[in-house]
Amino acid sequence: MALTGIQIFKLLPKTNCKECKYPTCLAFAMALASGKAELDACAYVTPESRAELSDASAPPIRQVTIGTGDYEVKIGGETVMFRHEKTFFNKPGFAVLVTDAMGDEDVDGRFHRLGEYQYERIGLTLRPELVALKYTGNKERFLALVRRACAEPYSIILMAYDHTVMQEALEIAKARKPLIYAATKDNYERFGILSKASGCPLAVKGEGMEETAVLAEKLTATGLKDLVLDTSTRTVGAGFQEQVGIRRAALMGKYKPLGFPTITFPCEMADTLMKETLIASCFVAKYAGIVVFSDFQGESIFPLLLQRLNIYTDPQRPMTTEQGIYAINNPDRTSPVLVTCNFSLTYFIVSGEIENSRVPGWLCVMDTEGLSVMTAWAAGKFVGDTVGVFLKKSGIAEKVDHRKVIIPGYAAAILGDLEEELPGWEVLVGPREAAHIPAYLKMWK
Amino acid sequence: MALEIPKVKYTGTIKEITVGTGTNAVTVGGETCYPFHMFEGKMPNAPRIAFEVWDHEPQEWQEWAVEPFKDVIHDPPAWAKKCINVYGAEIIALQLVSADPNGMDRGVEEIVKVVKDVADTVTVPLIVWGCSDDEKDAVLLRRVAEVCEGKNVALGPLSEKNYKQIGAVAIAYGHAVLASSPIDVNLAKQLNILLGNLGVPDEKILVDPTTGGLGYGLEYSYSVIERDRMAALTQEDVKLQYPVVCNLAQEVWKTKETRLTEADDPKLGKERQRSILMESVGAMSFLIAGADIVIMRHPESVALVKDMIKDLTT
Repeated sequence: MALTGIQIFKLLPKTNCKECKYPTCLAFAMALASGKAELDACAYVTPESRAELSDASAPPIRQVTIGTGDYEVKIGGETVMFRHEKTFFNKPGFAVLVTDAMGDEDVDGRFHRLGEYQYERIGLTLRPELVALKYTGNKERFLALVRRACAEPYSIILMAYDHTVMQEALEIAKARKPLIYAATKDNYERFGILSKASGCPLAVKGEGMEETAVLAEKLTATGLKDLVLDTSTRTVGAGFQEQVGIRRAALMGKYKPLGFPTITFPCEMADTLMKETLIASCFVAKYAGIVVFSDFQGESIFPLLLQRLNIYTDPQRPMTTEQGIYAINNPDRTSPVLVTCNFSLTYFIVSGEIENSRVPGWLCVMDTEGLSVMTAWAAGKFVGDTVGVFLKKSGIAEKVDHRKVIIPGYAAAILGDLEEELPGWEVLVGPREAAHIPAYLKMWK
Repeated sequence: MALEIPKVKYTGTIKEITVGTGTNAVTVGGETCYPFHMFEGKMPNAPRIAFEVWDHEPQEWQEWAVEPFKDVIHDPPAWAKKCINVYGAEIIALQLVSADPNGMDRGVEEIVKVVKDVADTVTVPLIVWGCSDDEKDAVLLRRVAEVCEGKNVALGPLSEKNYKQIGAVAIAYGHAVLASSPIDVNLAKQLNILLGNLGVPDEKILVDPTTGGLGYGLEYSYSVIERDRMAALTQEDVKLQYPVVCNLAQEVWKTKETRLTEADDPKLGKERQRSILMESVGAMSFLIAGADIVIMRHPESVALVKDMIKDLTT
């Protein structure tokens, strides 16, 4: 639906007033088309043109923000069906369900686990972000849960169909921008008002895609923009197909009523946490905005956090690992020294194989801008001079008494230059494949 | 504005490939739509799970990976039999790990004997997966093809370097082949073309796109499989219309996150369940991308994924 620069230009005042900091309206139009400028920079565009332009420039799937601060979650805003077509932008938020019917121990445990399960990986923190608080009839306890959640940093989903309960909950929590769940065909008018008054995003729950779309349309007609969709489907096959259907309708069909992120409930679709985890894995791949779990355990959430990281990695940009010396298996002054590039997949595989070998070692990771060993070598970034300078500056010489360094088999050609660059060091050519590192290290002396 | 879900215009079909013979033969492929997109096409053959069996007792498996097989793990035919009789295996993938020149480097005839014993024991189709050393596999799989004559096994991996030798014996003995390429659509296509030129029949080719473990490059394999399927189904790329096999067991189970115990790192939770979920979440990802066969290790991972396949196809 994006307009071309020329189409945009036709809607601009064509006065070349330069107040937008562009020399001409045409240049400004081109910048708008490529997403480099904001329409607000032009003070003279007519309201009609503005409406047309913002309509056309609105992303086909609305980006919705839930929560505030460190745990703020952005969902939606996606532009492709397949990650290889560009990338997926906003990873789905992971939420744990807490209800007013749970005992203290269950509640405390869930809050604790939500904070506890955080994992560092390639400079990122992988963690779940949200707590979903569900009203099942005990209002005092529900409101106490809301107060408790407001004292924690996590983003919040408020689940109740009764507008008076929701209103009270919002009075406590609205500054935290919780997701209001959910407007249904019975309550949508009142919930629409609550969403508007509080400025909090609103989940729309219909029976199936059709009814959900109708409700979303009615709510957007009142001026609401930040919606999240739930089709009520709780079976795996149909749920999966609906996620595809909604994304298709929004992206390929330009169908505005479904141009919003979705919320899914594996917690209502399985009897065991194991099964729930696998259902969630389908929604991480295809196309949930939020996934709500009955509980988190390290063994269940960690695999999904990895999957989410993998699927939402930008395929246009190589992932990198920080340059430096990595100590593996508690190395000492006699342990072997290996050098490799900072393409994070290379780092993971090489460090994993060193770990598997159980031989202590120092892995020196050099910044090759995320290129793999062979590509970096071909590009002149992993050659004798650069690797030599890196090793000298890395401080590895202070960590070991010997003077031997192992280079990747695929970079064997740099051996001569590297020895010249590193007088006194012996350069050894390691295996070509990481899988052969354990065998190689076991023979290393 | 009435809701209409845009349909994808599919112009291609994945070829149906049968492995094994007789009543226990398994057919995969035949899809006319993206995986589990049942609203706009057919998956006449649900994806299958192959149980891996090693040709030699594994030395470094986690206790919780050994446990389901501990009575048979030293005996490949008995191991394969247990997978079938106790865990309901529909395909056995015999991994010739002990052939690896950088590992045990066992002699060809010693391994061929194991293969023959397993092939004569199992009642389900067999995948025989070499050690990924081009030269060794060329010699080894040649002999494997001979001793498995008449069983229509799937032999692999075939690389650009050894496809001629292995392809030729596969044709001679009527086996299917696993065409293996390093995470690249064009290389996959090229190898399929080369196999076709060599005379390998269309209904005898399976594709191994190279499988990355969860957290270890899964996304590369995931997207290559999706691109494969897109080209095969919507861009008339006939040389990519073959079923995809992901050999994921080893990629998952060798990672440190399946080795650390809860005592090592309490935040990672119970090691047994975690490993099972890492394997099954990985398998689900590949199935959603378009895999037709996933090779897995733990019976509980298999049971979980099987259940999901059922849910997604009915």
